[in-house]
Amino acid sequence: MPVTQTENGPAWHLRTPRARLALWAGWFALVALTVWCWQIMTKDTIWLFVMDAPQQAADIGSRMFPPRLSYIEKLLWPLWDTLNIATLGTMLGVIIATPVAFLAARNTTPSLLVARPIALFIIVASRSINSLIWALLLVSILGPGLLAGIIAIALRSIGFVGKLLYEAIEETDASQTEAIEATGASGGQVLIYGYWPQIAPAFWGISVFRWDINIRESAVLGLVGAGGLGLQLQASLNVLAWPQVTTILLVILATVVFSEWVSAKVRHAII
Amino acid sequence: MSATAKTYPRRWRRPATMIPDPRWRYGIYAAILIYLVLAISTVDVNWARVWDGLDRGGRFVMGFLTPDFTSRWKDISNGMVESLTMTVTATVAGVLISVPIGIGAARNIAPMPVYYACRGLIALSRSLQEIIIAILLVAMFGFGPFAGFLTLTFATIGFLAKLLAEDIEDIDETQAEAIRATGASWWQLVNYAVQPQVMPRLIGLTLYRFDINFRESAVIGIVGAGGIGATLNTAIDRYEYDSAGAILLIIIAVVMFAEYSSSYIRKWVQ
Repeated sequence: MPVTQTENGPAWHLRTPRARLALWAGWFALVALTVWCWQIMTKDTIWLFVMDAPQQAADIGSRMFPPRLSYIEKLLWPLWDTLNIATLGTMLGVIIATPVAFLAARNTTPSLLVARPIALFIIVASRSINSLIWALLLVSILGPGLLAGIIAIALRSIGFVGKLLYEAIEETDASQTEAIEATGASGGQVLIYGYWPQIAPAFWGISVFRWDINIRESAVLGLVGAGGLGLQLQASLNVLAWPQVTTILLVILATVVFSEWVSAKVRHAII
Repeated sequence: MSATAKTYPRRWRRPATMIPDPRWRYGIYAAILIYLVLAISTVDVNWARVWDGLDRGGRFVMGFLTPDFTSRWKDISNGMVESLTMTVTATVAGVLISVPIGIGAARNIAPMPVYYACRGLIALSRSLQEIIIAILLVAMFGFGPFAGFLTLTFATIGFLAKLLAEDIEDIDETQAEAIRATGASWWQLVNYAVQPQVMPRLIGLTLYRFDINFRESAVIGIVGAGGIGATLNTAIDRYEYDSAGAILLIIIAVVMFAEYSSSYIRKWVQ
């Protein structure tokens, strides 16, 4: 901690002058960058519409209430579809992600130079692209429907489950797997008796956690045509049926709260 | 020996890892099986359409392997500029707003009414998906990146304020006690006891949220909130899979870059 001598005795400072200058320059650069970005971003903004927003909000708000609760009976089937998209998608994603995770983990990968980078690229590619974008692509390839939604959820889940699972595999205790290997076990037996008991709690915890996230995501996948509640949302928005929109949002909210509760219970029981 | 001697099983059977009671275990297996049969039977797939689509799927894979950056470069670069500027401004604005809310939502330093108000705001922001907020905000503020900026800011508040509040609740109380013992005011307490303890994690979370905001900015464009998502949507609607592949590769590259540099910065900060 630097001390400078002044007329009134030594003065204490937190930082050296050089560090203070660097800190100040860093903050200045951040503010300048933000202002610059703000100017580029708002270059084409029509401020008249922005000024108008409170009135628009009040207008939409008055149209949204009261919600049309009788619409709920038409939502039960889409709700079942949404649950199926999330559950089947999670299962498919986990089934694909498990081998990828074993390829990506440093201690189980067959080759550090070939298999590991490929597996890591699969994980990053799947994680960077939101399930809505996957759904957009798959709807244009496979046609609208549940199948596109399920595959989109699965593709997005691979990265998430794969990343967390391979970290869990890397954290396993090597002495246990060595003990299994010392009995002359084959590679498959080492996986089943050495690694699996150590990663099973993490595996189920990650799967349930991802299922919870997938319920949220599958509720809106229908916006691009992949079935479920989102499809009804899109239909209601297109005809500006705001009371129905409110009902759908309430159903989505209830589903999300329910899935979060289930996932918290299950994870609490496992870990 | 006689026949009364207990015969031990000759083969070892591995014990169940998760559910010891076999009745529960087989019951759960049966329930899962019934659910799967029901669920899969309600997924009706138009196989003829899927068969037609495989050809397009092949073209998409080819487009991904031979991306076309040039023919739509103007749209792509416009979309990227919108996405990146939206991400930067929304992250900064979100952090500025979520710091006071995060402090207000920490049980150990905020009074109870403020605590409940801030927690309520966080729950509201976390319970709605970005895309739904974007739909509502586009309806209010009109198309374009400004609505996207507001969406990302709102979503950032729920994420950052919650994690910041939890971090403040986990601080080492002895340090706060020491500062309090000097007769420090509440502001001094926050500045000298709380802020040094949570700063490294706040910086880490900000960088992580920057990464998430960029990924989300690619999505909210689908509903008209500006950014690369709009460009991507157009490319896919026109079946221009080579341009779409190029956009996806750029998104992956930016996310990888952000992830790599943020882990580097976090190491340097901590």
